[in-house]
Amino acid sequence: MSLRQSPSAGRRKTRLSLERKEALQGYMFVLPWILGFIVFTSGPLLFSLYVSFTNYDFTSRMDFIGLRNYEHMFDEDPLFWLSLKNTAFYVVLMVPLTTIASVFLATLLNQKIPGMRIFRTVYYLPAVLSGVGVYMLWMQLLSPDSGLVNVVLSWFGIEGPGWLFDANWTKPAIVFMKMWSVGGGMLMYLAALQNVPEQLYEAAELDGAGVFRRFRHITLPMITPVIFFEVVTTLIGGFQIFQEGYVMSADPTTPGSPMNSLLFYNLHMYLKAFQVFQMGYASAMAWFLFAIVLVITLLNMWISKFWVHYEGGDGR
Amino acid sequence: MNSALDWKTGSYYQNRRLQQRIKKAVLFIVLSAVGLTFVIPFWWMISTSLKSMDEIMQYPPSFLPGHWRFHNYVETWTSIDFTRFTLNTLMVACISVTAHVISNSFVAYGFAKIRFPGRNILFSIVLSTMIIPGFVTLIPQYIMFAKIHWVGTYLPLTVPGFFGNAFQIFLLRQFYLGIPNELIEAAKIDGANHFYIWRKIMIPLSLPAIIMVAISTFTASWNDFVGPVIYLTNESHYTLQIALQSFKVSSGLNQWHYLMAGSVIALTPIVVMFFLFQKYFIQGMNISAGTKG
Repeated sequence: MSLRQSPSAGRRKTRLSLERKEALQGYMFVLPWILGFIVFTSGPLLFSLYVSFTNYDFTSRMDFIGLRNYEHMFDEDPLFWLSLKNTAFYVVLMVPLTTIASVFLATLLNQKIPGMRIFRTVYYLPAVLSGVGVYMLWMQLLSPDSGLVNVVLSWFGIEGPGWLFDANWTKPAIVFMKMWSVGGGMLMYLAALQNVPEQLYEAAELDGAGVFRRFRHITLPMITPVIFFEVVTTLIGGFQIFQEGYVMSADPTTPGSPMNSLLFYNLHMYLKAFQVFQMGYASAMAWFLFAIVLVITLLNMWISKFWVHYEGGDGR
Repeated sequence: MNSALDWKTGSYYQNRRLQQRIKKAVLFIVLSAVGLTFVIPFWWMISTSLKSMDEIMQYPPSFLPGHWRFHNYVETWTSIDFTRFTLNTLMVACISVTAHVISNSFVAYGFAKIRFPGRNILFSIVLSTMIIPGFVTLIPQYIMFAKIHWVGTYLPLTVPGFFGNAFQIFLLRQFYLGIPNELIEAAKIDGANHFYIWRKIMIPLSLPAIIMVAISTFTASWNDFVGPVIYLTNESHYTLQIALQSFKVSSGLNQWHYLMAGSVIALTPIVVMFFLFQKYFIQGMNISAGTKG
């Protein structure tokens, strides 16, 4: 018995140690990410959660004050509500408009037309550009006294608004600028459109369905998974808008101006953290934003059951 | 319905072909018109950058500069230390690219090709970190970097890159999953360890994906605003983005010819890269369109 068993036991042992060796190498490979996760993500997350319950001011004090920051946020800081309102207004305006525009452009591009590659390049190029260079360009284009946009509007007899200088028009101005860079989403939709089987359209055409009915009953259902993905990510990104409010303010020394109309949530948080160093309060704001983003994402996933159409039918 | 009746006759086909032609012509005109509105801002930026301030303020505006003042660029370039800011930005971007390419392909290989307990759980954590808003970790990270006296240096902008980025790990892992396991098994039989396989087999095979990662890291680093604003306290360390911002603030938002010249200077490298690597841009942004706002 023992004689017969020993070789197989030995083999199992070497196999085990081989597996262990393999696993060890695996951990070595993912180690950089694990370290980064601890030092730059989960550690900071926990620390900021704790800080949000303190009056930490970066230099001297860090006393536990319970929910005081959160109370202050909801009850005593009108700018908190204003910044949340500004951000929500921007998101509600921007997400539908950019979604419609990028689906529309993708549908246009999904036709067999000479020069299609050039059109695709031209539509997509603005989407890869961002930063202060782009913001300055749009501040000039939307400038009430020398900008091109209001000149073009005047050709149609429309007197253009003050855009970035008129508190009612600042957020529409930013959305206007965002329409220029819908190319990223457009490419996503284009890829989805190209995956819609040609036979579906042919069958529908034989049944006498016109362009709009084909779009409504074939194209739209087939690309709903991509629309869902895009809407979720644009929403999450939209809630984190910051730079536009910081850079494109009418008064360059007052981020968010005029009249705090560009004071977005993240900008308010940034000013609290890095201008007046109310780190505790800013951390509370950060966690509230995190909660908003989570709730919106979960809500979206739940709603998606009712309108997103997956080919496989198994929900993925 | 009429056309369905005489579908056998030639007139049906003629009508149909004419219809197609008209449809294509209309489509072409619409596409061109939309394309023009996408191009006009570029042209406006360049044309404004070459005008004099008097010409910019005149109404109606001229579509081409009356006198092409290329000297605007010289004046812009020397009014602030553009050479230094460009070099600073390039340095940060190049270090970031190196860091991201090495760390993310390394980690992605581990997740794609090596079996170890807890791999799936760890990878789902990688994916779930993508939903965390950047500002939630920004404040505690700043506190941490301040405590170890890294604020005022480039270290907070470059060092985190060496520890992986969730989206790029995801992207490269997808690519590696498509590379057959037999290749790795064969190399193992020849006595190669995983480090050797990663360096000598995986990296050369995944070059397209790695170029994608390099390009998206470069543009992200070139355009980064929040990081430099928070961490770079000394003006001589500024990157282009915040140098432009302070240039904009100091010029008081009316020197449009200089500001547009500055925009052209900041955007040109990315535009050139776009035309050189268009294929990779489109592949990369196609998938990454989601992760950034």
